[in-house]
Amino acid sequence: MSILFIVLLPLLGAALPALIHHSRNIGAWCSAAVTGFALVLLLGLMPDVLDGDTIIYSREWVPAIGLNLSFRLDGLGLLFGLLILGIGLLVILYARYYISPRDSLGRFYAFLLLFMGAMLGIVLAENLILMVMFWEMTSLSSFLLIGYWYHRGDARQGARMALTVTGAGGLALLGGVLVLGHIAGSFELSVVLASGDLIKNHPLYTIALILVLLGAFTKSAQFPFHFWLPHAMAAPTPVSAYLHSATMVKAGIFLLARLFPALAGTQEWFYIVSVTGLTTLLFGAYNALLQHDLKGLLAYSTISHLGLITLLFGLGTPLGELAGVFHILNHAVFKASLFMATGIIDHECGTRDMRRLNGLFKYMPYTAVLGMVATASMAGVPLFNGFLSKEMFFGETLHRGLLGQGYWGLPLLATIAGALSVAYSIRFIHDVFFNGEPVDLPRTPHEPHRWMRVPVEILVVLCLVVGAFPGLTVGPLLNVAAGAVMGGGELPAHTLKVWHGFNIPMIMSLLAFTAGIAIYWQRQRLFELQQRHRLPMDGKAMFELILDINIALARRLTASLENGSLQRYLALLFGSALVAVGLPLLGMHSLTGPQPLMPINLLVLTLAFVLAVAAIGTVILHRQRLLALVMISAVGLIIVLAFVSFSAPDLALTQLSVEVVTIVLLLLALYFMPQRTPEESSAGRRWRDGTLALLSGTAVGTLTWAVLTRPYQADTSTYYLDNSVPGGGGTNVVNVILVDFRGFDTLGEITVLAIAALGIFAMLRGLRLPAPVTDSRGVPWSSERHPLIMQLIARLLLPITVLVAVYIFIRGHNLPGGGFIAALVAALALVMQYLASGVEWTQARFSPDYGRVMAAGLLVATVTGLASWMFGYPFLTSAFTHVHWPVVGEFEIASAMAFDLGVFLTVVGVVMLVLVQLGQLGDQSRRAQASHEEAR
Amino acid sequence: MEALFAVIIGLLVACGVYLLLRARSFPVVLGLTLLSYAVNLFLFAMGRLSVNHPAVISEDAGAYADPLPQALVLTAIVIGFGMTAFTVVLALRAQGDTGSDHVDGRG
Repeated sequence: MSILFIVLLPLLGAALPALIHHSRNIGAWCSAAVTGFALVLLLGLMPDVLDGDTIIYSREWVPAIGLNLSFRLDGLGLLFGLLILGIGLLVILYARYYISPRDSLGRFYAFLLLFMGAMLGIVLAENLILMVMFWEMTSLSSFLLIGYWYHRGDARQGARMALTVTGAGGLALLGGVLVLGHIAGSFELSVVLASGDLIKNHPLYTIALILVLLGAFTKSAQFPFHFWLPHAMAAPTPVSAYLHSATMVKAGIFLLARLFPALAGTQEWFYIVSVTGLTTLLFGAYNALLQHDLKGLLAYSTISHLGLITLLFGLGTPLGELAGVFHILNHAVFKASLFMATGIIDHECGTRDMRRLNGLFKYMPYTAVLGMVATASMAGVPLFNGFLSKEMFFGETLHRGLLGQGYWGLPLLATIAGALSVAYSIRFIHDVFFNGEPVDLPRTPHEPHRWMRVPVEILVVLCLVVGAFPGLTVGPLLNVAAGAVMGGGELPAHTLKVWHGFNIPMIMSLLAFTAGIAIYWQRQRLFELQQRHRLPMDGKAMFELILDINIALARRLTASLENGSLQRYLALLFGSALVAVGLPLLGMHSLTGPQPLMPINLLVLTLAFVLAVAAIGTVILHRQRLLALVMISAVGLIIVLAFVSFSAPDLALTQLSVEVVTIVLLLLALYFMPQRTPEESSAGRRWRDGTLALLSGTAVGTLTWAVLTRPYQADTSTYYLDNSVPGGGGTNVVNVILVDFRGFDTLGEITVLAIAALGIFAMLRGLRLPAPVTDSRGVPWSSERHPLIMQLIARLLLPITVLVAVYIFIRGHNLPGGGFIAALVAALALVMQYLASGVEWTQARFSPDYGRVMAAGLLVATVTGLASWMFGYPFLTSAFTHVHWPVVGEFEIASAMAFDLGVFLTVVGVVMLVLVQLGQLGDQSRRAQASHEEAR
Repeated sequence: MEALFAVIIGLLVACGVYLLLRARSFPVVLGLTLLSYAVNLFLFAMGRLSVNHPAVISEDAGAYADPLPQALVLTAIVIGFGMTAFTVVLALRAQGDTGSDHVDGRG
């Protein structure tokens, strides 16, 4: 259980400094407390792990995809956990004094804790998918951290580059993990690590290996994916000290170590991993020497050291793994302290350029000593911790069996890399702390704040203690960690000690020191050489180029598809839909199913004929808009009759009332639109559209035919029919479905309606359209706007129609009717008044705010749903009871009726809001015109 | 009957699609309306056609028309009104802002 908390504490704790941003100290204390607490939890588990136990906490999360919330703590996880939390604590302290008061320290700590939690998640995850999730989280949080100074272009660019490279690697890793899980049959590490032989003999092994290695190499900045790391140096130095020395870049290495038992031991592993590691080792060391920026030097040095560790894991010898694990620890310690020292120098001098920073020993002797000790460790000077793992590395390169004939090449290249590393270390010490006087510094350097130095002191002391007494201090930890890498195997006999005698690795070290000093001596030649033979294209330029090409391609594709023509979009849309529907239809071996057909009766045939005429008429007459409107209303009315004849009275009623409302709406709109459509489509365009239309019609018709001739399993509907009366208390099943069984759907639908009405309201606000004075033939519009007879009839009809609406509403639960239909009828009664007597007349007598009616309806429907919560039922559970009313008789009251009332109010509100707004548009325009003419 | 129904739906779709591809907003709205009719009928037909079946639960009824597609289509009709209204007003607004009823706002 406490493993879970170790991961969760920083993740949840990230909220604290983000919330408490007004006090720098409280934020720092909170972050430190969270980290410290997690560290204490980890230390509590440490004795068990050192005894060789693997602690596993497991809990199901999404079992369907094999994702479990499971964590494991073994030697490897412990080593990394200690590094992450220990160095994290020091970085928190350091950042408190490093981050300037102008920048938000709360934001910094929040990102840092987020990253810390994600990193802990990677190293403690037992489930591989979970690990990939945390992996992506580190990419994201490191993006935020690198881009912390987001006002700086280089920070944004560096952050984006790091995210793209590591994010793409994460994607590859996900693929690799999925393949691994597929082979092993589980995503739990315990299973995957135990099925090493199965995985290595599987045909998919190479693919899995390459995908996993892509993830590891991008994260650990291995050549040729290294280029993001130097650019990530735009991050604040505490971030570099944490992410780019101790933790994030080690995640890739960690992955190599974690999956070592499952993947390593094959020819593929050996060649890919060790060649990549060796290349990165040499490339990084050489480039580190050429940097003038202190952080650039450290970045390339980190790349080089990561290459060294990768090479060690690639070699695959048991002691190589021990050396790799040891170097992970040593590198984290000395590189973090070096970054912090660099940060101090930058902070106090205002520059990191080694050509200007000289002779700092005089100004900050104490910091200089700390920096020199750490650098000595980096160079591998005896008595410092870096020396030990470097000697072990040299020793491992001497294994004869690895490379056959050319076995001597590896130690040679290793010695060269060692020499380069000595050279850039000397440069770090000599150029910065000695070598004359500083050149043109922005400020006079002095020793930093005491507490800013404490983290460096602690790390440097660690360098010394580990270097002097390796077996006593880190021996047990390294043994369990390396044991975990080997998958529980026994390590061969070895001793961690400073002096192994005068052996070959020692000679290699001496050679490296001598050559390193010589290289530094002749460094100017090297710089000149570099100036003359610049690489034509570096990683960054390549990255930018690929990015630019992609963006250009995407732009061109978008531009070719999106030219702003609705006609084109629709044609593409229908074309694609046609392909999507047509292809499966063509693939069916029989379009006609076994269902017996129903006979055609004369009524339906007549209706169909009229409908066909009206529909085709709409198309033919579509240029004469009023006629087309008449035609389309005929289509609508025939559809009403179709619903009647196919036993759907509710639909018939709804369609009828909607039809009337729609035609009124279209008429209102047509008033403002041109009365005729100009002929402007070319014959080719008409042919294209006609073909598309005919094909679409054929496809849908065929589909309908194919469905209708096949039998039907009405399980859901049978359930509704059976339960409508006992469960919903209504005999009109359609209405019971709407307000009870599927009430949640209906709530969504009336919400959509209300949103549409709001959209319409917004679009009509401030819209001024010139109202036409004459119709298309030049005849002036009638001035007698409200015929008397129509006014009278409309007013007489009002109470009757409202009564009908109420009746339809009340009976809706048991007989055809209900809230939707009642609302439409009621709206019609009101619309008739507006039509017959005008907006002004009607509003003078009756003008509710239809927006509020609509809102009230939604509120009633929602509250009805919520009310069932109060009685402990799920949302929108209905209840009903029967009461006896005098005169009326037996009467049913259902909570669903309240919901239906909500529906009623919403629909009335929507319809009236739309129509009245549109009607007023005419009045406004006419008034505006009239006043305009008067003014003239 | 089924064939006739299928042909009618196909015809409505064809007319609707043709009008939707026109260049002026009013025919597009008409096309949308026709297409909505077709879609509603299609949805309705998914419960199969039935003639002379009672609409409400009663003791002596043998079989019922499928209520589920009916319920779905009922809301679809109302939503269809909302959609038509929205499109019409969008067309009006576009006409007010661009001075043209061309769907792409061209003169």
